[in-house]
Amino acid sequence: MALFDVSGYKSHSELRGQIIGTGVGHFIDRPNQQFSVPVGVDPSGFLKSCSREGGVSIDLNHGTTTLAFTFRHGVIVAVDSRASAGSYIASKEANKVIEINPYLLGTMSGSAADCQYWERLLAKECRLYKLRNKQRISVSAASKLLCNMMLGYRGMGLSMGSMIVGWDNKGPGLYYVDDNATRLSGRMFSTGCGSSYAYGVIDSGYREDMTVEEAYELGRRGITHATHRDAYSGGVVNLYHMQEDGWIKVCKEDVSELIHRYRKGMF
Amino acid sequence: MSIYDRAITVFSPDGHLFQVEYAQEAVKKGSTAVGIRGKDIVVLGVEKKSVAKLQEERTVRKICALDEHVCMAFAGLTADARIVINRARVECQSHRLTVEDPVTVEYITRHIATLKQRYTQSNGRRPFGISALIVGFDYDGTPRLYQTDPSGTYHAWKANAIGRSAKTVREFLEKNYTDEAIATDNEAIKLAIKALLEVVQSGGKNIDLAVIRRNQPLKLLESKEIETLVAEIEKEKEDEVEKKKQKKST
Repeated sequence: MALFDVSGYKSHSELRGQIIGTGVGHFIDRPNQQFSVPVGVDPSGFLKSCSREGGVSIDLNHGTTTLAFTFRHGVIVAVDSRASAGSYIASKEANKVIEINPYLLGTMSGSAADCQYWERLLAKECRLYKLRNKQRISVSAASKLLCNMMLGYRGMGLSMGSMIVGWDNKGPGLYYVDDNATRLSGRMFSTGCGSSYAYGVIDSGYREDMTVEEAYELGRRGITHATHRDAYSGGVVNLYHMQEDGWIKVCKEDVSELIHRYRKGMF
Repeated sequence: MSIYDRAITVFSPDGHLFQVEYAQEAVKKGSTAVGIRGKDIVVLGVEKKSVAKLQEERTVRKICALDEHVCMAFAGLTADARIVINRARVECQSHRLTVEDPVTVEYITRHIATLKQRYTQSNGRRPFGISALIVGFDYDGTPRLYQTDPSGTYHAWKANAIGRSAKTVREFLEKNYTDEAIATDNEAIKLAIKALLEVVQSGGKNIDLAVIRRNQPLKLLESKEIETLVAEIEKEKEDEVEKKKQKKST
């Protein structure tokens, strides 16, 4: 209010910031915060103490393999579908790709709850952007929004590794965003605990001028080989192709059948 | 006057917000500004208020850049304009930071208009006493001209004028804004000058002009260039008169 400025009145949040100091970087009063966090709480420390063996342990749903790469004819996105809680397989058909709009996809790896919540929130912001500006949001803006959400809760124990994939008027876009608010634009990313295996496969098989079928095959192989070696990945391969006029879902194939195709001599 | 112009938040019985209307009166007292949207150029012209003898002329600027590709001219209270321009400049950079794209002219106009509307609906505040003409190019290359007023509404225009004698200038523009009149950049600039000359006394010395061409930053024309253009316009007028005389005599 105008009177506040004139009289030098300081709001409660400003006073608290002055007294307590910036601390661990809790941006408590940033305008877009979804949850207000009480002062003095350290969620990531609490979570660390909970994964002690022999005590009460809270195992978050971790473990996955996702990959995405751009090539001449667009962007390929491939994810597995196993959701694990410690050594328990919670679901073999988890959906790790969120379809934000016909031109934007988001992948999820890390804590399933965190990914689902924040990416649905991102989808809401993208829809609001389109209503306000009469134009679809660009891929760089969408990934920036997600990255800024992560920045607000940095250090508080969120776990999310996501790739934002889309096609806007600047062409195909691929961004990697994670819970540290890292945001990278690139041509090939893989996330999750099976990512090292997937990188090996797609790095060796990648050519910029691949045909569409070759690219599908490469994406499938990346996930299949990763699920073969990584205990926390498995289920089916969900394969998407981001084209100029939107994404299409290419296939959904069980990795236990795919691995037989790719490793003929092994079994 | 009436009891309904005390507090801004009160409607009068016949549905008026008097403070907003008085703000619009304040705008009508400001010096004229005209904006023209051409094909590859947008032009802003303002009437320069005569400065006192000891005053530095260059500190009185009514055309301001909001970003590299957007600029605005205003009519009304200069101090209010300074605040609005400052907020708009910050928003342009903030938009570049979060969306990684320059603002569209419509977006920044909407932001300014929303800011103005907020001040018509809070207690203890009065509306901004300025109307603004905002011109620029969107990043897809389309030229745009928008006008905002103290109530917080905004509209897109092909050509418009605000401030003192805005009505006269607008009528001139309605008659003379044709596709041929804005066919080239130079013609569009001359149209702006012609429109201002209708209401400005003592010709080119009291006109300030700014242009933005597609993919180029804002350019303020020097007084020499304006004088040249004014001389061209005068000559064209004389030629017209001559032609008419000859037609009559034959």
